[in-house]
Amino acid sequence: MATAELTHEVQVHEEHEHEHHELGFIRKYVFSEDHKTIAKQYLISGILWAFIGGLLSMLFRLQLGFPNMKLEWLRPLLGGWIEEGGKLDPQFYLALVTMHGTIMVFFVLTAGLSGTFSNFLIPLQVGARDMASGFLNMLSYWFFFVSSVIMFGSLFVETGPAGGGWVVYPPLSALPQAADGSKLGLTLWLVSMALFIVSQLLGGINYVTTIINLRTRGMSFTKLPLTIWAFMFTAILGILSFPVLFSAVLLLFFDRTFGTSFYLSEIYVNGEALPNVGGSAILYQHLFWFLGHPEVYIVLLPALGITSEVIATNARKPIFGYRAMIGSLMGITLLAFIVWAHHMFVTGMNPFLGSVFMFLTLIIAVPSAVKAFNYITTLWRGNIVFTPAMLFSIGLVSFFISGGLTGIILGNSALDIQLHDTYFVVAHFHLVMGSASFFGLMAGVYHWFPKMFGRMMDEKLGYVHFWITFVGIYLIFFPMHYIGIAGFPRRYYSFTAYDATNSFGDMNMFISVAAMITFGAQILFAWNFFYSMFRGRKAPQNPWHSNTLEWTAPIHPEHGNWPGEIPPAYRWPYDYSKPGAKEDFIPQNVPYSATPESNLPHENEQIAMEKEIEGMIDSQNETYKH
Amino acid sequence: MVYIVGLLAVVFLVLTIVVLSRIATLAKGVDGNKRDNENPYEKRAAGTSNRINAVLMLAFPILGTIAAVWSFMESRPKFLPEAASEHGILTDNMFWISMAVITIAFVVTNALLFYFAYRYRYKPGRNAVFYPVNHKLEIIWTVIPAVVMAVLVFTGWRVWRDITAQAPDNSYVIEVVGKQFNWVTRYAGADDSKLGNYNFKLIDETNELGIDYADQAAFDDFTSNQLHIPKGVPVLLKIRAKDVLHSVFIPHLRVKMDAVPGMPTKFWFVATKTTEEMRNETGNPDFNYQLNCTEVCGQGHFSMKMPIVIEEEEEYKAWVASQKPFLTSNPTYLSRVPENLKARAMKYIESAASDSTSVATGGATATGTSLK
Repeated sequence: MATAELTHEVQVHEEHEHEHHELGFIRKYVFSEDHKTIAKQYLISGILWAFIGGLLSMLFRLQLGFPNMKLEWLRPLLGGWIEEGGKLDPQFYLALVTMHGTIMVFFVLTAGLSGTFSNFLIPLQVGARDMASGFLNMLSYWFFFVSSVIMFGSLFVETGPAGGGWVVYPPLSALPQAADGSKLGLTLWLVSMALFIVSQLLGGINYVTTIINLRTRGMSFTKLPLTIWAFMFTAILGILSFPVLFSAVLLLFFDRTFGTSFYLSEIYVNGEALPNVGGSAILYQHLFWFLGHPEVYIVLLPALGITSEVIATNARKPIFGYRAMIGSLMGITLLAFIVWAHHMFVTGMNPFLGSVFMFLTLIIAVPSAVKAFNYITTLWRGNIVFTPAMLFSIGLVSFFISGGLTGIILGNSALDIQLHDTYFVVAHFHLVMGSASFFGLMAGVYHWFPKMFGRMMDEKLGYVHFWITFVGIYLIFFPMHYIGIAGFPRRYYSFTAYDATNSFGDMNMFISVAAMITFGAQILFAWNFFYSMFRGRKAPQNPWHSNTLEWTAPIHPEHGNWPGEIPPAYRWPYDYSKPGAKEDFIPQNVPYSATPESNLPHENEQIAMEKEIEGMIDSQNETYKH
Repeated sequence: MVYIVGLLAVVFLVLTIVVLSRIATLAKGVDGNKRDNENPYEKRAAGTSNRINAVLMLAFPILGTIAAVWSFMESRPKFLPEAASEHGILTDNMFWISMAVITIAFVVTNALLFYFAYRYRYKPGRNAVFYPVNHKLEIIWTVIPAVVMAVLVFTGWRVWRDITAQAPDNSYVIEVVGKQFNWVTRYAGADDSKLGNYNFKLIDETNELGIDYADQAAFDDFTSNQLHIPKGVPVLLKIRAKDVLHSVFIPHLRVKMDAVPGMPTKFWFVATKTTEEMRNETGNPDFNYQLNCTEVCGQGHFSMKMPIVIEEEEEYKAWVASQKPFLTSNPTYLSRVPENLKARAMKYIESAASDSTSVATGGATATGTSLK
């Protein structure tokens, strides 16, 4: 009786809340505290940033692929950055590669990927009404937004945006007199990054708190979808490493503004010896890469999580080695913190330290290999449906393998001597981190678009988008390894001055053409995305016959996600093609008592637990009482 | 090349037509507001698109392998020739062995990935196999990469340890200094084999390296815009930077080390081929070794290079002997020499030069002394 009353009360409470929550346009779409809206804000910002970042890369690919081309036709866009003779300004070239890196790594693959899917999926998949703190979540987006505006604004500064590479190593970045790219543009870069870090921390704390505290009844950690595990480790990585970047940025700001000497020592520039002594340029690199390396996994882990979910769903098979997948995520997370100095083998760092970091770096190949093997085994004897999301996930696994393997070479300090800062590195990380994460993002968008907007994206356009992008990315980055093996350094404006390897002109042209086609194909995606948002076919309740909880929510979930009770979780999310089952999927909220025909022996024992899980409903509802 | 471009053109033409027709259908809004129920998951999965994607999953790795092999053969002549340093031969070997290992892994895993994708494409009525875990398999493929990694780490570590070990005592020491946007070298001179001290506060327009003439070892030091390296003997590069980070990269010698302001770095090696030998080997009479910058240092980064001459030890010695010490070319710096060492320093002031500039030099000396 008491339970019934309580449930009734809750419902009244909810209805009451609904009236209460008739929000105006601004609170609903702009300063929204709803995790789904915030996720969409992140996604659309991320897509816009991706096009800006991609466009910048087109500009420098023009320069690299067609070094003799007259670029006057770009003057309406770039103005004075095209020099008198129709050439791209070398200073601006550096700004282009710097901003391309910064935008893609932080604004697209960190904010756009984690920001979108952690926000969107965590409450829906763990069975929560929203994030632990909707307000902090909103703040997180708006800090990101302000940071974006500042970074975007820096593109239009007279002396140009930051231009020391996305790592902005001092002393170059600390000395405005050393390069135009270290002037106002870099100050804005630092301010923007500081705000960005604040945004990431607010988001990350929220993600972890929500996963730990707001799981629905029955959703034990071992029943969490791998997406959630991945988002949690991503957030932990961010929480522990972003503050270190913050301090690096802050100290750099002090060196630039207040004349401190954290990174500066014994410098003679522009005709004068600077008074700074005692600082260490290498210190910055340690601080930067203490974030910089985990950052690689911050962008990659969510992609791997999404892939796990998409591959299992569309292969109609449980993910192979669920626990090994969690274990390898955990292993990667731990190791991610102790490999940073492999970016610094030839900086003059103590060679013994180099040996240690080589050892730790190559260990990380083991959990990564386990992940790849598990994905492949998940496909084995599956019943594979090639949705666009599935295609992008398979593409991701291929990039993850291809790009990851060259990491074994670069992680070897003796081999890194030659390859460090060459195109081999560029090819390596664009495959394993850039493209793989980007494919994770795409897989996620295609897969959860119906949940986000209640409509379907066009599949055939999705196929064309996938195949051009997939083939295109290999055409860009596979040959790039050759250029690296031939010893071409990265961040070079032109190779005509580089006699030793003044070759590969054709290859660079080929890469540039492939890059342009690949970039062009993204317009298909943009069209498909925005068109389908308004005019796409309406989505069914569970378009991919998936097991996770988000598909039990209404097609257009309101604030609070489920109109009635939040569904419980009785089983893990990967009961696909279970022998004896009527259908080839059994959602997480279906109790074992309802599926006696397909239960495994140890699962029959779990039936006794169901009462207990149901009994938790009161305390769960209690959580949401304000 | 022409054929490839042609083929690509055809492929893209077809794709364009597909896309345009698709967009046209969509734009008509034919199925715009219908719910997707009439086209459920299984039905779509059993459609033609699924088969086409499956076939492409098979075609991609096959065509990809052909393209990869062809492009590799095509690019190979443009790779750097065999290393011209002792350690470079070791790292080159290790590079190609590691490359072989990862190529095997690359081919096997990608082949399985794409083959499975093709082979297990959706078939109506077939059930996927419920196969959630197999500990034995997992242990096998944890242990195998672990063992391979252990071997690679161990061999890599041994080479790395040798490369970064202390330079032998008999090494020729050469200082390489990076600045925006060129390199300057300094040699110990013919009389002693010691580089003199430096101090960044002594740097000026002429004395770019801040050579400290309070140290008598500096008197015979000379600077150059070239890097001369004797073959077959250990050479220790002492590397530093004047303004921002730079990085010494000598591709043919497989040498790379950052130049860091305020933190001297070093790299030692033994060159094995003279410039002349390399010219014969590559068949290029204009071949020159070159030192390049690989740490972004500003606008002129890409053009920051220095020619290198590798020669027999005798030739190297002769070249060193033929160079004028910096002090000889710039006698005004005599004023920086402390009184007690002045007599020694005078040896490097050419008599002709000292005659004509003795007054000026003397004056400068007096000021220098009085300032002290």
